[in-house]
This record gives sequence, C-alpha cells and structure tokens, in this order.
Amino acid sequence: MLTIARSLYEKIIEHARKDHPDEACGVIAGPIGSDTPTRFIPMQNAERSPTFYRFDSREQLMVWREMDDNDEEPVVIYHSHTATQAYPSRTDISYASEPQAHYVLVSTRDESETEFRSYRIVDGEVTEEPVSISQLSPGGRPPYPRNDPPPIRVPSKA
Amino acid sequence: MAIEVRIPTILRSYTGGAKAVEGAGTTLDELLNNLDAAHGGLRERLVDGEKLRRFVNVYLNDEDVRFLGGLETPVKDGDTVTVLPAVAGGAR
Repeated sequence: MLTIARSLYEKIIEHARKDHPDEACGVIAGPIGSDTPTRFIPMQNAERSPTFYRFDSREQLMVWREMDDNDEEPVVIYHSHTATQAYPSRTDISYASEPQAHYVLVSTRDESETEFRSYRIVDGEVTEEPVSISQLSPGGRPPYPRNDPPPIRVPSKA
Repeated sequence: MAIEVRIPTILRSYTGGAKAVEGAGTTLDELLNNLDAAHGGLRERLVDGEKLRRFVNVYLNDEDVRFLGGLETPVKDGDTVTVLPAVAGGAR
C-alpha cells in the first residue's frame, strides 16, 4: 500500500494538470527504508511529449546525488498519461528499475476527474496497490497545520 | 589512482552490494571491459552490442556520456563514472 500525505497527492495532480496535454513526471523522495514519501521533486519531461516522458539526464543526476547526500531514495516515481488510463504501459514496465518504489500513474484524460493509481513493478511484473491518503503532513509527525492553505481543487470546466 | 564507478541499487548484485567500485582504462569501453573481469555480467547490463543501453544513463563526472563520445569517451585516473537507471516511459 502507498500511504501519501494529502498535500503531496495534490501536488502530483496539480503538476499533471499544469503540464497537460504533455506527460508530467517527478519523484517524491523519502528516507531510505522508511517507505514514506516526504520531499516533492517535480522533474522536467525532457521529451515534452503527450505520449512519452524521460527525466532530463543532468537534472536526474543532480537530484539523485542530493537524495544520496540526504540518505533518501525515490519512494514515489510518478508520471501522467494524458489520453489513456492510469495503468503502466509496456514502455513503463520495460524502464521500471526501482523495485522499492511506488510507481504512481495519474490520468488527466478526463477534465474534471483525475485517476490516481499506484503500482509496484518488479522484474516486469505489475502489481496494483491501494493508495491511502493521509491527512498528516509529509512524514506524518506534526499534525496537518490548521493554517495550511486549503487543499487545491482540480478546476472543472463542467 | 583509479576510476571510481558508482553503481545504482539495481545493479549492486553484480558488485557484491558495493555502491562504488574501481576500474581502469583509457576509454569508457575499456573501463567497462576492465570492470567486467571483476564483476562478470555488469557490462552486458550497460552495453548492447556496440552501444550503451537506452535504459541506463552513464555520466563522466557531471556529464552524460551520450553528449561526450558514448563508449569512446576518454577517461582517466581520478574521474568518477556514475551509472543511473534512466527514468522514462509513457503511454506510447
């Protein structure tokens, strides 16, 4: 199961909506072994494409080094599909190489409703897992501050 | 002195769990052959025939070797080579 703070969940959706119709991608880092996503890192899609994404290789090196220095790992690796369902494609599966990561897929094909699903992809095998959205702030310790801005609502054109 | 090669989690089964190993050579190609002698199978995961696999990024110091000379990129003692899995995919 993926447990993710509401604020991070909303940031992923916001990023996916902003880059639509191109695919958006990024990482949420967390302490190694914690299985807890805490630090949101939106990445550039070097392909700027509605059907493909690739982390910019230089940006990836910098981000991966930073995680290394902080004793973090990519807990969530997310990207969006903008015209199809939020299910890993054959390309997604062939590239998946972080067995400890939650691969989050977001679909923005519907203007008003965003599909948000999570998978494990290990040795080419895809297993969907439940997503639990936590009201706690990332990392789960301090309570969600009352003066936090209200949750971002995905704008609906309906 | 030698060339330090940083290995991602997914490939550490080839290095006995080590995060970094050392090798020698004057080009990336030579370096990978040199590493393969001590860590059999590692080269095959990075190279397909004469080219780097598209599933991996290989950096010389801070630069993606695809923008340098690929496998022919010159390397020297004191350099750091970093291997990362490429993160890519998409609906296509």
